[in-house]
Amino acid sequence: MSAVLKEVDNGVNVEALLGAREALTEAPEAAQFVWRATSEWMKGTHTQSSVNRFFGLGEEQSHVREYSYDTDHPEIFASEDLGSTPVEFVLVGLAGCLTAGIASVAQNRAIQLNSVKATIEAPMDIQGILGIDSDVRNGFAGITVKYQIDADASEDDIAAIVAQSQKRSAVFDIIANPTNVTVEVNK
Amino acid sequence: MIDFRQKDARSAGTTDVIVIGAGHAGLATSFCLSERSIDHVVLERGEVANSWRKERWDSLKLLTPNWQSRLPGFSYAGDDPDGFMSMPEVIDFIQDYAVFSEAPVKTNTTVTSVRQNLDGYRVVTDNGEWQAKSVVIASGACNVAVTPKVAESIPANITSITPHQYRGPDQLEAGGVLVVGASATGLQLADEIRRAGHEVTIAVGEHVRMPRRYRGQDIQVWLDRTRILNECYDEIDDLTRARGLPSPQLIGSSDRKLLDLNSLTDSGVRLAGRLMGVNNGMAQFSGSLANVCALADLKMNRLLDTIDSWINTHSVSCDAAERFDATCVNGSPTLSLDLTDGSINTIIWATGFRPDYSWLNVPVLDRKGRIRHEGGVVDAPGMYVVGLPMLRRRKSSFIHGIEDDVRDLTAHLHDFLDTELRLAV
Repeated sequence: MSAVLKEVDNGVNVEALLGAREALTEAPEAAQFVWRATSEWMKGTHTQSSVNRFFGLGEEQSHVREYSYDTDHPEIFASEDLGSTPVEFVLVGLAGCLTAGIASVAQNRAIQLNSVKATIEAPMDIQGILGIDSDVRNGFAGITVKYQIDADASEDDIAAIVAQSQKRSAVFDIIANPTNVTVEVNK
Repeated sequence: MIDFRQKDARSAGTTDVIVIGAGHAGLATSFCLSERSIDHVVLERGEVANSWRKERWDSLKLLTPNWQSRLPGFSYAGDDPDGFMSMPEVIDFIQDYAVFSEAPVKTNTTVTSVRQNLDGYRVVTDNGEWQAKSVVIASGACNVAVTPKVAESIPANITSITPHQYRGPDQLEAGGVLVVGASATGLQLADEIRRAGHEVTIAVGEHVRMPRRYRGQDIQVWLDRTRILNECYDEIDDLTRARGLPSPQLIGSSDRKLLDLNSLTDSGVRLAGRLMGVNNGMAQFSGSLANVCALADLKMNRLLDTIDSWINTHSVSCDAAERFDATCVNGSPTLSLDLTDGSINTIIWATGFRPDYSWLNVPVLDRKGRIRHEGGVVDAPGMYVVGLPMLRRRKSSFIHGIEDDVRDLTAHLHDFLDTELRLAV
């Protein structure tokens, strides 16, 4: 009789992540990162933003190339719809962060993922941003993320991966918890 | 009061081992040192079981049943093995142990500094100085109530207290109470303050949910029989996390009642997420309440799965397996609370405790102020620490958990003294 051990591969290098965790526990100053974006107004409600350089591990770093994004508003807002709305970008960030976390946690727990799909909904009363009703907040009334996950694991194990991913998610934290925002002009 | 000084008249001098603290951990250490005929003295800032006398609220009972109240050579001898000790009963129990073990305790002797020198350690107290080859720190895990940074931003109209200052609901002024933290402490205080008629909100971060009873037995029966609590520190994946876990949501009471977030909700307590900040007098809570509750539910169910599988394997006859309702989180829990409109008058910070090492002048603390040790063997020759959570085993912080730790560490200490002696010769 021969047993075939199935290799779990979600494409996440968990050894490298665990190694980084160990190294940064010893050298917490190297764990201090700064993320950056630059943006330029194009026309109307259209803005182009890009990311490339960031700071981490004690020195300047960069992506393999610059990434550029267009934000605009849809035509029903009398805009040209040259890109997604900024609030949709927030959902994109949340989806990207939670799903990366799910892949990493699953890899660490030796669980093979076959497919991970999410739909995110975030209701918003735009009376807030239009200044119609000061009791209505500008942002989302809430966010609902629905995952469809096919993995070689029990329902509880899958739920635990998703819960752990939220616990360790930067974007989840950024959205769920208050952050001081400082905006300066011509300084 | 018993005069321990009659047994050992020295109030200063030289000994092999100084044990700091005469709580259950220090006295258990003393018992095991005496068994090995190792000369030692136990220094106690107040009376025996001082923290249990001065730093606990009135209604508190142990989270472990009486049958579990056992120390080296000593165990509960009353007629209610399934009951839970009140604080006066715990104090009597530890006091009786001090008498039984004939521990050489110097009461009302506060250690003000411990320094390393060529002969070991110089221990200075407000009642004389000691020189010892070895020091065992048994001064407790909960000396200081920890409050988060956000506590500094609370408006002045709010009364802020910690569990060390809390005695009972009678001391609170009328009006709403915000309990921050969902450990055993936070839940017990929220429960009794709500029962006393206050409006109560509890801010809930990560927590450990555990039923009082399972399959017809106290949960401690299963934790004991499955030997889950015997798991050793070097077998645990994330030891730092395990050592920082909040106490499980349990209460010791004669009706063996279940205390969880659902029972609080049923009694009218409002649940909010973790307290993250205060901005212009508004308390801001995390939107992560649903997730921390889901995490705790999943972890509780994993524990119950482990117990079920042990019961199956060992063919134990008991009640059928059950699962408890998931923690019910209102669709949109409150995200903010006005601390200036008079709806909240008191905030209780049930946000954990830490040891006080302000008197320890030996460089053994890490950057977070925690003592560096390997299963209680401190990173300085001849120095040991006992009675911290997960020190050597999951049960380390329980009264019954101290014996195995203390036996391991006094054996290590014995070898240390032997080596010192050989080097000296």
